[in-house]
Amino acid sequence: MSTAVADSSTVRDRMSALWRRYRGENNETTLLLLILALVGVMAIVEPSAITLGFFGDIIRSGIVTLALALGLLMIIISGGMDVSFPAIAIFAGYATITLMQSLGVDGAVWPFVVAVAMGLLLGSLNAVLVARYKMETLIATLGTQVIIRGVLIAFIGSVYISVLPAQLDAVGATSIMQLGGTQVNVLVIPVLVLAGALAWVLRRTMFGRSIYAIGGDKESAKRVGISVKKVQVAIYLVAGALAGFGGMVHVVLSRHASPFEIVGTELNVIAAVVIGGALDSGGRGSVRGTILGVVLISLVQNSLIRLGVSSYWHVFVVGLVVLAGVAIQARSAAATHRRTRILERLETAA
Amino acid sequence: MSFALRARGISKSFGGVKALTDVDLDVVPGEVLCLAGANGSGKSTLIKIISGVETPDSGTIEIDGEEIVTSSVAAAVQRGVQVIFQDMSLFPNLTVAENIAMSERVKDGVKVISGKRARSLAKSVIERLGIDLDLEARVENISVADRQLVAICRALALDVKVLFMDEPTTALTWHEIESLRQVVEQLKKEQVGIVFVSHKTEEVFAMSDRIVVLRNGVVVRTGATADFTENSLVEALVGYLPEDQRRVEISDTGEEPPALSVEGIGVESLFADVSFAVGRGEIVGLTGLLGSGRSEIAEAIFGKLPIDTGTIAVGGETKTIRSVADAITAGIGYVPEDRLTQGVVLGQSIERNLVSAALGKVSSSAGVLKERLLAETSRASVAELQIKTDNAALPVSSLSGGNQQRVVLGKWMLTDPKVLILNGPTVGVDAGSKATILEILRDAARSGMGVLLISDDVPELVSVCHRVLFVRRGRLAGELAHDEVAEPAIRERLVR
Repeated sequence: MSTAVADSSTVRDRMSALWRRYRGENNETTLLLLILALVGVMAIVEPSAITLGFFGDIIRSGIVTLALALGLLMIIISGGMDVSFPAIAIFAGYATITLMQSLGVDGAVWPFVVAVAMGLLLGSLNAVLVARYKMETLIATLGTQVIIRGVLIAFIGSVYISVLPAQLDAVGATSIMQLGGTQVNVLVIPVLVLAGALAWVLRRTMFGRSIYAIGGDKESAKRVGISVKKVQVAIYLVAGALAGFGGMVHVVLSRHASPFEIVGTELNVIAAVVIGGALDSGGRGSVRGTILGVVLISLVQNSLIRLGVSSYWHVFVVGLVVLAGVAIQARSAAATHRRTRILERLETAA
Repeated sequence: MSFALRARGISKSFGGVKALTDVDLDVVPGEVLCLAGANGSGKSTLIKIISGVETPDSGTIEIDGEEIVTSSVAAAVQRGVQVIFQDMSLFPNLTVAENIAMSERVKDGVKVISGKRARSLAKSVIERLGIDLDLEARVENISVADRQLVAICRALALDVKVLFMDEPTTALTWHEIESLRQVVEQLKKEQVGIVFVSHKTEEVFAMSDRIVVLRNGVVVRTGATADFTENSLVEALVGYLPEDQRRVEISDTGEEPPALSVEGIGVESLFADVSFAVGRGEIVGLTGLLGSGRSEIAEAIFGKLPIDTGTIAVGGETKTIRSVADAITAGIGYVPEDRLTQGVVLGQSIERNLVSAALGKVSSSAGVLKERLLAETSRASVAELQIKTDNAALPVSSLSGGNQQRVVLGKWMLTDPKVLILNGPTVGVDAGSKATILEILRDAARSGMGVLLISDDVPELVSVCHRVLFVRRGRLAGELAHDEVAEPAIRERLVR
């Protein structure tokens, strides 16, 4: 081996060590750079689009995605998958409004509590199937998605409710600030608070670490004395509650209630979580990464709107971004996951 | 007399098969008890029951004089039972410090965790053992030997009364085994009862005070280590005294090019500069500690892990092998390490599995399967390999482990490979099946095939190999040929 080669390889080693330190546990830095690059591209291609309103739009369209992504994040970290959350969300949101209408009551805060309770109840379905009957999570939640939606449309209602109860509608009209021409709704606060709380739970509580432990190796978790069943039940209950909350946020922000919404948007949410560094094989992922993932998806969609691209292309482009993002994550995961290095790192024989 | 552990009348069956029958196990504080038994003798089941992972069908367990509610890991941990499992049972996605702290957290039932506490706990255990570990590294990124140390640290992070070690030295070098031995001495002084599972007879004799031998789920012999001899231990383990089994015929390689020759092959960060040849009719052993790179070399030759440098030649012709398909076309057969997950399709029939790598042989030129030929071919193969089944149309899952392994072997034999690579072919196989499998290998070699046997089962290597190559840290590190192939020489080189 010539010295020149050895030198360049140590420089490379040093660079990669530096990168390892700053790229974040789940490639958050890559994601952040990607987001900045996209904004940069927009600034060059369509300078007039980069306004405060543009960022306001990104926040507004990202808020529901984030609310829904939080519960999913927990499930994916634990090594599972959930496709029932959109059904739980719209069930909780729509059924709460229907309930309010039929009882003729109004309120601003308690409807959210009711929706959360409904989400919890529906989440218990998943909890039973996964923890008690050990069903494959994707299959179990695929089943509950269809059942929950079926019950919603058959028994609760299928009509479009164009006007929400007044106090609740007022929440949808309350903004905390104005970015450009865009109002940023007050609901951004509870969603961000929830995100912060989940981040704390995941990092600093035994429950959170147990989720990572189960995602890393379920059998090892059992052997160390973690009650895998209990943790799984808790995960699916909390995820259900979060989905219920997210459903209500969606309904209030859109200021109407339709039982046919949210279901079908799960790809955006799954994509945000996975691009944010959560691996479908479990054990990885963070709230920070998920927020970045939500921002990226939201940024792409809003950029396309500003560029005047036909909405037919949106799905296509989002699909491409999803594939690219997932591929990057899978690759970096494969690189670290694949095999433990055997050869000694420093070649003294240079 | 006080007991650290007193298990009485433990029985357990799985789906009608008795794994343990009325087993008693006593451990006195400060003693090292060796739990000996061949594969499938019930050792692992016993450990899982005492540590609360499995529920026994009957029997009681007392730790330190108090009966514990079985089938609760938390209860067992609470009372001071710790197990270092063979697979280490770590969390690859978490840091070393967090892995070590995990059992303490579970025991104390903490709700809010502290990273600082985890680090200081891990640090104190590591210092106590006098070893060196990077606390912030993720376990998936550290070496196998370090993982074993992490598993040991995790067990010792708590107040331990009874410590089970299930083959704790498989990945350790001599130096590391020595520091483990010092740890064990230290724990003995602290009045910990240690139950040690090992296949290495010299280790058993060097480390243990007492030996309990399990065979087919029954305790067949128990006594002070001093009352055992190497022969009497082996006899208790397998039920008969096997004769010295080295039966190797001189291979007739002559002028012909070797069946397989590799020249300077390497895969980045895994192994480098590996060169060797396997002659026609020759059985070559490739051995090394767990994680030394021995399996990776095999997978590289079979195209599962394409090589970055070097060349692979089969029968004297250089072949480009970038995929498993390339390897099969080149005439390489591979019997993988984990027969259940990699070698067979469990739900499919025995005959379909047998022909699955040689479909060309049983189909017409248009690619349509000839059912009759398929049945005949597989029937012949079942007979030749002595697979115990009434009906080759039954799924492979209906067979015992040893017979499943024969199916995998048969599948590759049907492709008429020039080279057959086997990775731990007799792991988890009973003694009878093992002898048959080794005999099949001798037959294969006799017919002119080159056989590369990856194994750390020393008697097995001695039994069939013409030559044995050693792998250490991803490089070839020596070779024993012909008469030099003997158990002590191999063991000595393995841990050096």
